[in-house]
Amino acid sequence: MYLKINRKKVSVFMTGCVLLAVLALGGCSQGASGTIAIGGSSTVQPLAEKWGKAFEAKNPDVKITVQGGGSSAGVKGCAEGIFDIGAASREMKSSEADQWPELVAIHVAVDGVAIVINPASNSVTGMTLEEVRDIFASGSNATWTVINREEGSGTREVFEEKVMSDTKVAPNAEFLPSNGAVKQKVAATANAIGYISLGYVDSSVKALSIGGVACNEVNCAEGSYPVTRYLNFITKGAPDGLSKEFIDFCLGSEGQKIVGEEDYISIA
Amino acid sequence: MSRYFVDRISRRLALCFGTVAFLILIFIAVFILKGSLPALGEIGVADILFSTEWYPSHGAFGIFTMFAGSVVVTILALAIAVPLAVGCAIFLAEVAPCRIGNMARPAIELLVGIPSVVYGLVGMIVLCPAIAHLSGTGSGSSVLAAAIVLAIMVLPTITSISEDSLRAVPTLYKEGALALGATHWQAVYHVLLPAARRGIVAAVVLGTGRAIGETMAMVMVIGNSPILPTSIFAPARTLTGNIASEIGAATGMHESTLFVTGLVLFVLIMAINSVGLLLNRRKK
Repeated sequence: MYLKINRKKVSVFMTGCVLLAVLALGGCSQGASGTIAIGGSSTVQPLAEKWGKAFEAKNPDVKITVQGGGSSAGVKGCAEGIFDIGAASREMKSSEADQWPELVAIHVAVDGVAIVINPASNSVTGMTLEEVRDIFASGSNATWTVINREEGSGTREVFEEKVMSDTKVAPNAEFLPSNGAVKQKVAATANAIGYISLGYVDSSVKALSIGGVACNEVNCAEGSYPVTRYLNFITKGAPDGLSKEFIDFCLGSEGQKIVGEEDYISIA
Repeated sequence: MSRYFVDRISRRLALCFGTVAFLILIFIAVFILKGSLPALGEIGVADILFSTEWYPSHGAFGIFTMFAGSVVVTILALAIAVPLAVGCAIFLAEVAPCRIGNMARPAIELLVGIPSVVYGLVGMIVLCPAIAHLSGTGSGSSVLAAAIVLAIMVLPTITSISEDSLRAVPTLYKEGALALGATHWQAVYHVLLPAARRGIVAAVVLGTGRAIGETMAMVMVIGNSPILPTSIFAPARTLTGNIASEIGAATGMHESTLFVTGLVLFVLIMAINSVGLLLNRRKK
């Protein structure tokens, strides 16, 4: 008997609490609130995190989470409703557009793909596209340890399209799951060669000039560097509500300023 | 009356739980099979299982290289781990003074609890550069690195089960051997080890299962290149690593071949367990 009464009291109290909480939440619903889940390309990830922080700072009731996983995972995840916004470091493929016609891609920044080598063990500073292609096509050997990206990486798609043309990367190359992993491996391995987003390049690796054109923001912006791509946000249908507010923020002057600070290239 | 009632209810409950476990197994098997069917139908069993070319973006879906990778890495890992583990078990059960045994045992058992990503990390940062240095080429991501990491991971499993089965041998056996004039080592080698054989085999089978299924640490140290493991210093790819690194991005036929990869793993593990059961039964 004693127990029963107590339980009743507790449940009444709990119900009251829940009601109060609902009222409180309902009361302060002006101003953006809610959560946005972003996921996909590891190239877009650092940028999306910075955008997310800046947006959260302006809208304290908004929570933005950013995950990696690769561009294809971003597109697939958005289509399946796992992410509110999918991130892709390439354009949507026709196969994806066929499978999920409701998806919409929005350019949010420009990025270059840097061909990087180990700086300590190698004095090479530049190559032609053909030389890069030959090295990746013949694979790891005594001269080079070739680092490739996993299937589904947007950076890999862009690299295959713009550098490899129809040639395949040799299967004995190592396959690593992110820009960060490739950078770490190239920095730690003598004779390693790989490719990463320009936004990831720092002094631990050496970015090669291609056909005499240095890989930097200026050359990528004006298009003289040959391996560049748009970074995309993917939404299910045209963005609306909170997602639209966030994407508008990214495309606005404040968002595009962050693009430059993170060593990516803002869209003109 | 209520005593019998509780008894009846608990028996029914136990039956329920048993059935659930079995149903989960059936469900997983059906799920994997269903996912594999499109690829098995369209590409064909032989072209998936025996082709060595894996290039999903160009429509090449052969998983033989990964099958070979998993098998070779597991065999190498066991070759390293089994002698170490059995030696360790003999030490703990027979040689070690009580105090040292009581310190060493928890330490070894603690190895089981370390998350595999931590093993991978240590392998990546410590082992791979060392192997690169040793072989003079490449980044050290290799079959050898994977085998060593895996050996360390299965060591505690094999050690503790082997030790238990050594301790389970009746003291009479050992006392009899010693009474007949055998030395301590002769008693261990000729009496204790054969008597504990079944338990040790079970331990190795359990270790093999764990080794085949290990994923994260393998992805981190093996390099994930879909090529045949022809050299211990060259990279390779395991079945588990193939699924883990590509499922997030895979659609259509590619996704279905990853299910086939899972199916092969499933069959492989079942085969290993069956062999274990068979070996267990024969020597009764």
